[in-house]
Amino acid sequence: MNKLNNMKKSTKVDFATYLGVIIAFIVITVLMNNGTLGRKQVGLLVPACCYVVMAVSLNLTVGILGELSLGHAGFMSVGAFSGVIAAMSLAEAIPFEPLRLAIAMVAGAVCAGIAGVIVGVPVLRLRGDYLAIVTLAFGEIIKDLINCLIVGHDSEGLHIIFNFKGLKTVDDLGLLPGGNVIIKGAQGATGTDTIASFTAGVVLILITLFVVLNLIHSRTGRAVMAIRDNRIAAESVGINITKYKLIAFVTSATLAGAAGALYGLNYSSLQATKFNFNTSILVLVFVVLGGLGNIWGSIVAAIVLYVLPEALRSVADLRMLVYAIVLILVMLATNSPKMKAVLSRVIPRKKGDEVNE
Amino acid sequence: MSKKFEKPNMVPVPSHSIIPDRDVGKSPILECNHLGIDFGGLRAVDDFNLTVGRTEIAGLIGPNGAGKTTVFNLLTKVYQPTRGTILLDGIDTAGKSTIQINRMGIARTFQNIRLFSNLTVEDNVKIGLHNQEVYSTFSGIFRLPKYWKKEKVAHERALELLSIFDMQDMAAMKAGSLPYGAQRRLEIVRALATNPSLLLLDEPAAGMNPSETAELMENIVKIRDMFQIAVLLIEHDMSLVMSICEGICVLNFGQVIAKGTAEEIQANPAVIEAYLGKKKEA
Repeated sequence: MNKLNNMKKSTKVDFATYLGVIIAFIVITVLMNNGTLGRKQVGLLVPACCYVVMAVSLNLTVGILGELSLGHAGFMSVGAFSGVIAAMSLAEAIPFEPLRLAIAMVAGAVCAGIAGVIVGVPVLRLRGDYLAIVTLAFGEIIKDLINCLIVGHDSEGLHIIFNFKGLKTVDDLGLLPGGNVIIKGAQGATGTDTIASFTAGVVLILITLFVVLNLIHSRTGRAVMAIRDNRIAAESVGINITKYKLIAFVTSATLAGAAGALYGLNYSSLQATKFNFNTSILVLVFVVLGGLGNIWGSIVAAIVLYVLPEALRSVADLRMLVYAIVLILVMLATNSPKMKAVLSRVIPRKKGDEVNE
Repeated sequence: MSKKFEKPNMVPVPSHSIIPDRDVGKSPILECNHLGIDFGGLRAVDDFNLTVGRTEIAGLIGPNGAGKTTVFNLLTKVYQPTRGTILLDGIDTAGKSTIQINRMGIARTFQNIRLFSNLTVEDNVKIGLHNQEVYSTFSGIFRLPKYWKKEKVAHERALELLSIFDMQDMAAMKAGSLPYGAQRRLEIVRALATNPSLLLLDEPAAGMNPSETAELMENIVKIRDMFQIAVLLIEHDMSLVMSICEGICVLNFGQVIAKGTAEEIQANPAVIEAYLGKKKEA
């Protein structure tokens, strides 16, 4: 087809990204089936998928929209707990696990999206440091709110109470016999069915890539990047700043919510404190080291930086030292002109190619 | 010679006097009546009256700090005027936002270039086409037929617009890596992409050498003839202003001190005083 020959450089990079994810999936599945991967390694797969989705979605806010958000784990948290509630309350109605997982992820995505709108509408009027501070606060508030949450499910439906004063217990839910408690306040979600699977994780990564990459290369994505590059000029050509900022921010939150749901359903017990400031920063590190606005970079960085500390558990004492050294080396390498020159010879990078096109 | 311009010297010129003959009888594209803005106690622009004809190339000149760019910012509603009205094609623009003003038909360039420098030249123009080739975010993500159709049109239109300045070969380059003159031209193309009826150019020839300026002059006239639009430009390069502007308005200390054709302006004692009284260049 003519289209293939005239394909833009960016489109080629996109296809390579999809292809890379699919190849990685096939290779890992084969390794899993012939027993090369131990139980320990297999256990890392789903969280790694979640962090990849987190990194790609945060890249939409930080790299493409150009706004620093330090509360991305907050959206993951909203998605995780709403996903767990959805999955657990539908346990009897829908016994088929993949479908239940899909519904849980959609529920997580929708709830996180709504949280994204609620946070985004006032917050996106702020710029730079202020936006970072407010999103940071949002992440902490969500954590504390979920710590107060007690949720149970019985034949009558969902029972939700907020334990603001710390006086209420699970008994206050008034569950009928046969009902089960889903979230127990600060103890978090316990007894969750671990229905998350690696396949679902890869499907979620592919969906995320599809949404984010198509968004970037559409009219909407161009408007978002225009706002990032020059807000005043974007306004002067008639781009509605608030609208496009919100679209990017909410899309990012929605995808983080889906990742959260998958993450939540991978563990039988999950506390809200898991999604603290450190998690937000961790994801931000993936994005920054992978390259702002560089989607496949985020994927690689998320996988390497998530798997590396786990792989180094055997040398537990030196673990964080090696991790820190790797971070520093990556930063030095990506900033040194010599290294860039070497890299550009090995991999023909964007700049040179685009000029020749 | 006193630095400050004295009012009695002002030459009274009726505001319609700079409309070229072919536009007389048609309603003007832009009418500013008693426009003014204060920044605190400072009257940055006061009692600014200007009428620009349908297909006129008008010039706005004046010494540094006279308030020329402020007038542009008032016209595009970057600042809301303190006093006075702006009529665009007979419609009052009071209370409108910058975005709405652009949709109503005013496009502008900036004195200090404001391109989307990390994006390609083509994407910069496509961003200008944002409100021309419209499809929803949903169609964009799911690549519905409307996406392909509109993107194709946008691509062709972008190249067509770039070809005005012979820039179609640079379409895939990053806007930030373009040479200075090309960046200025790209800004004009991006502004044209929004399908304006009035184009505001803020010092389009700044930093250009004489041959580039000569080419720019030809292109401004060409754009006017091609698109049948009005152009209002701020410029310090007098050769450009005097040769292509049909009507010229001179600002000093936020006030209009003269209006008229190039010959009238050059002979106007108030203008000479405003320029020569301050600085050697004229």
